[in-house]
Amino acid sequence: MQYSQLSTRICIPYAVSLQPKTTWNRPKFNNEKSTVGHCTRVPRNANMEKLQSGYLFPEICMREFEHSQKYPQAGLIRLGVGDTTEPIPDIITSAMAEHAHALSTVQGYRGYGAEQGDTALRKAIAETFYRDVGVKANEVFVSDGAQCDISRLQMLMGPNVSVAVQDPSFPGYIDSSVIVGQAGMFQDENGKYENIVYMKCGHENNFFPDLSTTSRTDIIFFCSPNNPTGYAASRQQLQQLVEFAKANGSIIVYDSAYATYISDESPKSIFEIPGAKEVAIEVSSFSKFAGFTGVRLGWTVVPEELLYLNGFPVIKDYNRIVCTCFNGASSVAQAGGLACLSKDGYRALSAVVDYYKGNAGIIADAFASLGLKVYGGKNAPYVWVHFPGMSSWDIFSEILEKTHIVTVPGRGFGPGGEEYIRVSAFGQRERILEASRRLKNLYK
Amino acid sequence: MSLLQHLSTTISSSSSAFLVHSNFNSRTKNVSLQAKRNSIFKCVAAVPKESQTAYKTNVSRNGNLAKLQAGYLFPEIARRRAAHLLKYPDAQVISLGIGDTTEPIPEVITSAMRKRSQELSTLEGYSGYGAEQGEKSLRAAIASTFYTNLGIEDDDIFVSDGAKCDISRLQVVFGADVTMAVQDPSYPAYVDSSVIMGQTGQFRKDVLKFESIEYMKCTPENGFFPDLSGVCRTDIIFFCSPNNPTGAAATREQLTQLVKFAKDNGSIIVYDSAYAMYMSEDNPRSIFEIPGAKEVAIETSSFSKYAGFTGVRLGWTVVPKELLFSDGFPVAKDFSRIVCTCFNGASNIAQAGGLACLSPEGLKAMHEVIGFYKENTDIIVETFNSLGFNVYGGKNAPYVWVHFPGQSSWDVFSEILEKTHVVTTPGSGFGPAGEGFVRVSAFGYRSNILEACKRFKQLYK
Repeated sequence: MQYSQLSTRICIPYAVSLQPKTTWNRPKFNNEKSTVGHCTRVPRNANMEKLQSGYLFPEICMREFEHSQKYPQAGLIRLGVGDTTEPIPDIITSAMAEHAHALSTVQGYRGYGAEQGDTALRKAIAETFYRDVGVKANEVFVSDGAQCDISRLQMLMGPNVSVAVQDPSFPGYIDSSVIVGQAGMFQDENGKYENIVYMKCGHENNFFPDLSTTSRTDIIFFCSPNNPTGYAASRQQLQQLVEFAKANGSIIVYDSAYATYISDESPKSIFEIPGAKEVAIEVSSFSKFAGFTGVRLGWTVVPEELLYLNGFPVIKDYNRIVCTCFNGASSVAQAGGLACLSKDGYRALSAVVDYYKGNAGIIADAFASLGLKVYGGKNAPYVWVHFPGMSSWDIFSEILEKTHIVTVPGRGFGPGGEEYIRVSAFGQRERILEASRRLKNLYK
Repeated sequence: MSLLQHLSTTISSSSSAFLVHSNFNSRTKNVSLQAKRNSIFKCVAAVPKESQTAYKTNVSRNGNLAKLQAGYLFPEIARRRAAHLLKYPDAQVISLGIGDTTEPIPEVITSAMRKRSQELSTLEGYSGYGAEQGEKSLRAAIASTFYTNLGIEDDDIFVSDGAKCDISRLQVVFGADVTMAVQDPSYPAYVDSSVIMGQTGQFRKDVLKFESIEYMKCTPENGFFPDLSGVCRTDIIFFCSPNNPTGAAATREQLTQLVKFAKDNGSIIVYDSAYAMYMSEDNPRSIFEIPGAKEVAIETSSFSKYAGFTGVRLGWTVVPKELLFSDGFPVAKDFSRIVCTCFNGASNIAQAGGLACLSPEGLKAMHEVIGFYKENTDIIVETFNSLGFNVYGGKNAPYVWVHFPGQSSWDVFSEILEKTHVVTTPGSGFGPAGEGFVRVSAFGYRSNILEACKRFKQLYK
């Protein structure tokens, strides 16, 4: 089951397995000229050429696959890609099954849904997550997931905006920025794209950027609780961020996909901060909250108050993108989403979230017992482990080789991730415990 | 309930009630309402009064979006329909506008989706992230169902959440610096996505075209196939057959010409075959039936109109390995990169449904539903023929393209709506060469189709 799952997640077979630092702008995929037929005269998109390698997570999959080929009996434990493992509670899957069944009846059949999402679901999202902060149902755009929404937001913003990201950060922000043409060239000397502002988040600054030294950009991507560091920004820090955005006339794209993992008083939504509605968009997802990684459901909030320089409401253009480049999330997934937000559904899902958080605690303890500095794991399903002075891909390889545990090298999330690895807390408890055992024995 | 509230709950795209025509100028306080000939363009002010003193960010609006002339076509139709319903709350409005499927999905397909949903709550059956390119079994089934003996392999197939979404993803692959050609008229997503990507110049009101797009006229005069000798070279050529909205299906000979044209010009054809299963005649169902097409074409298709998956969301795009950019780089690699970065796969439940669609039983069931819609199409064609109209399409697609020479298509649309309470789609919404035509969709309950035709006969007798 594991291996077949692996092989179905591999990108196209001839995708080159890459060491992360190599570039591969090789013009000819197939070196034998005789087998290269007609070339069109369509120039390759120069922005695609700027990408340094494959997207991070398929790269990890590739490494997993190779490793499992090398050690077929190893009992690989996958704590790399943040892929949920626990079954979805019955109350939710039966809602989806029921909806699917209804589609085969005259009364229950539905064709195209509203591109912005089913009205009841939009309302439920607003009421569940934004009740006290005044976000309205019509400001909620249901989607097939945050990764997709990030790219739609990039299409919305266009190539001529400047962008800041946390460093390290979820690679979708940078990669989509490169693809849309905002990022400029990659600089080998510092591992950064020339036009992107990287806001360092390291143990030295407690994983919140020093905004006083951050240059102004049009867009600021901010993820909290953070992937990969697991850090959840405090109310005070988010107030700073909102003030910073306001002072600079910037737009924050706030990724709150892990908000339901918060254990303490950290804000769950940027809109808890007064004034945020004039400066922020929030993106979130059912993936890690409901195990919907394969079902595909998320949402984006674009407040009506958010205006471009010329006064034009951002929500209008976002709506246009959604109507033109998208056709709504699957109605079956949306039926599931509605069930997720019922009282019983939400309660059942909270138990699954707690289960993963339990995993995170076990993993954090395992690394801490090795004398390592461990971050995250409390407000997010990721543990961020520091290996001072070491290359994160080397650590990744060593852990993989010696314990058959897949993690993600911090460098994959940006230069600020060097010296760290990210360990995901998704997995069945026995596997997590087994991983913990192997790690504890690592340096014995 | 206020008008705006009602509109937002009844129409399919509530926020498109914001604008029909946006001609936003930062210096003006009021939006200039442009009366588009005789059409009624109800326009809500682009800058609400409150926001004139409100806080504005320093972020410039994407100039490409400002080039778009109005909302996307189909939410506009929905808005008109909703407004009409408000005006005539007791009217039995019949929707033959947006091509929205109405027949229930056959049980063989929905039960597969049920099963998959239920499996997700079991330990053995749960699956998380799927391959972004789609489940292997589905990719294989698509290849063997639609592309047997055409040399298309499983991994040339990329499963998606629909052709419309794929079109935008393809535009992201191509980027802003390519030129493109479309049929005129054509499905509006090709042009609109091109504008959004920044491939076009401004909209020219004199000719109703975007600068830099090559519009390939398709009219009765040229049998709805463009005169390629008069078409300028572009990097990308969007071609839909059977065609939305005209219903025309290109012949083998025509597609051979098209492939040759693309080959000679080093262009890439994006071939939209979403209606291929509606074909009655012997025309090619896939561009890859034409020798050499794999070096010049991408094909996109959808389960929407075959399986009633308009809400379920499932489609696919074929990018052959042989298709190369000018530097020899395989297009499929960049498409895969986009799919991995900007997308995360179609819903696993929809994919389970898709697999069932392609089982022998599923295919049989889909053919039946398609047959039903084709009968609807026949009824509509027969009606307009009997009224003395020149009627096109309808044989190979679920769309009937009716000619109203010398008339504004929005006027005809409005008149039909006003007098018969039937929603259609004005041809000019698909491009300037759609002027003078109206598209009538054949999706609907038989009783509604018959009733609509009865009303047409009343109106035009």
